[in-house]
Amino acid sequence: MKSVIVIGGGIAGVETANQLSMFGHKVLLLEKDAELGGKINNWHCLFPNLRDASEIKSYINKIADENRFAINRNTEIVKFTKNNQLHPIDQNGDEYEADAVVLATGFKLFRAERKEEYGYNIYKNVITSADLERKFNEKSLDTKNPPRRIAIVHCVGSRDEKSGNHYCSKVCCITGVKQAIELKKTFPDAEIICFYMDLRMHGKGYEELYREAQEKYFVQFIRGRVSEASENIDKSIQIKAEDTLSGKPLKMTVDMMVLLVGMEMEKTSVSLVSGCNVEFGNNRFFNVKDEFTQPNSTLEKNIFVAGACSSPMNISEAILSARSTAVEVNKYLGNMEIKV
Amino acid sequence: MDFGFAPIKTRAINYDKNDDRIIHYVLSHDASFNVCLSCGSCTATCIAGSLTNFNIRKMNTLLRRGEPEGLEIEVNKCMLCGKCHLVCPRGINTRNVIMLIKKAISEMKK
Repeated sequence: MKSVIVIGGGIAGVETANQLSMFGHKVLLLEKDAELGGKINNWHCLFPNLRDASEIKSYINKIADENRFAINRNTEIVKFTKNNQLHPIDQNGDEYEADAVVLATGFKLFRAERKEEYGYNIYKNVITSADLERKFNEKSLDTKNPPRRIAIVHCVGSRDEKSGNHYCSKVCCITGVKQAIELKKTFPDAEIICFYMDLRMHGKGYEELYREAQEKYFVQFIRGRVSEASENIDKSIQIKAEDTLSGKPLKMTVDMMVLLVGMEMEKTSVSLVSGCNVEFGNNRFFNVKDEFTQPNSTLEKNIFVAGACSSPMNISEAILSARSTAVEVNKYLGNMEIKV
Repeated sequence: MDFGFAPIKTRAINYDKNDDRIIHYVLSHDASFNVCLSCGSCTATCIAGSLTNFNIRKMNTLLRRGEPEGLEIEVNKCMLCGKCHLVCPRGINTRNVIMLIKKAISEMKK
């Protein structure tokens, strides 16, 4: 029996491990946190149908409870050594061995502090999209003193070469639309305004949700990037942008500003593969062998990738990626068997 | 007293002090106006726009920002042919929007 190690217990890792174990391989899933689920554990509800994120969490937990594969929690792989097999080594120096490794290390969120002009962690009423998800989950938004106007700023840390990220994080546009609707439901009298550069409604149901936001929830969309923000004495935020569609500079006061933070490669995933023939793209995510025909493979024959560690993707794309990675790994291990 | 100089009026849209009476009137009678994508199909096809500097898309954008200055002159450039309504990808009844703006202006004058 061939053995596979999957690194990362988010949706992509769990799905890959589950599929591979159903193919009959011995699988060990390694998760650095105490809990499976990764980023999904932080989300409140999901685009484009506002489905409760806990439903995906229970999908993950159900798979784990079926015990088809082994799971080591609180295990962070720091490096590999390789001979015929791969030997991942964890933070305590314990060494594992496997015939193939799947990297499912996911992404990290852009640190909004880096865009100093928006004043995150300086101004009280500037929060990130991730903070907002947490506030929805904790029900900690102040409904007794509802904000009168809320600005949602798109592309924070995405499509921004100044912060080193030229690429589009793909999911923030629709997250902004979703959060605008949620905010309008929470604060029915508030005016919600999205500041965007382009609206990229590429997924199934996204355009429909965008239209619903305009038609049913009266969310306003202003084309223009917020250039600066400052705090007033009453803690409201003064923002400036160009309304590019009327060709005029625009300023307004808002009571809350939500920054849609983009996706970045996990730094720890980079050091993880040092010494292996795994390359990185110019967006710093893992490079795949062929983006059309081999999106799950790296240049190292027994190292594969699944989910958002190879490029920004949403949950359903991560699941699809995981399933196709499992097929590729299975094919690789099957060929090994024949040669022996 | 005229000193020969005066403070320069800012070009910037001040959204906090905007006049949203007309836009509220239009939206309360025709909510479809809110789904405008600012694609400019209406302006591209506009007969009045090819003869004068009338720009229905931009006029509507400014109205949504609460900048109705000069609106009365602008809105009267429309010949109500309705071609803009035919080309709108989101089916906004733009001619009706023009009529509602005219109504709102006349009601504000009362």
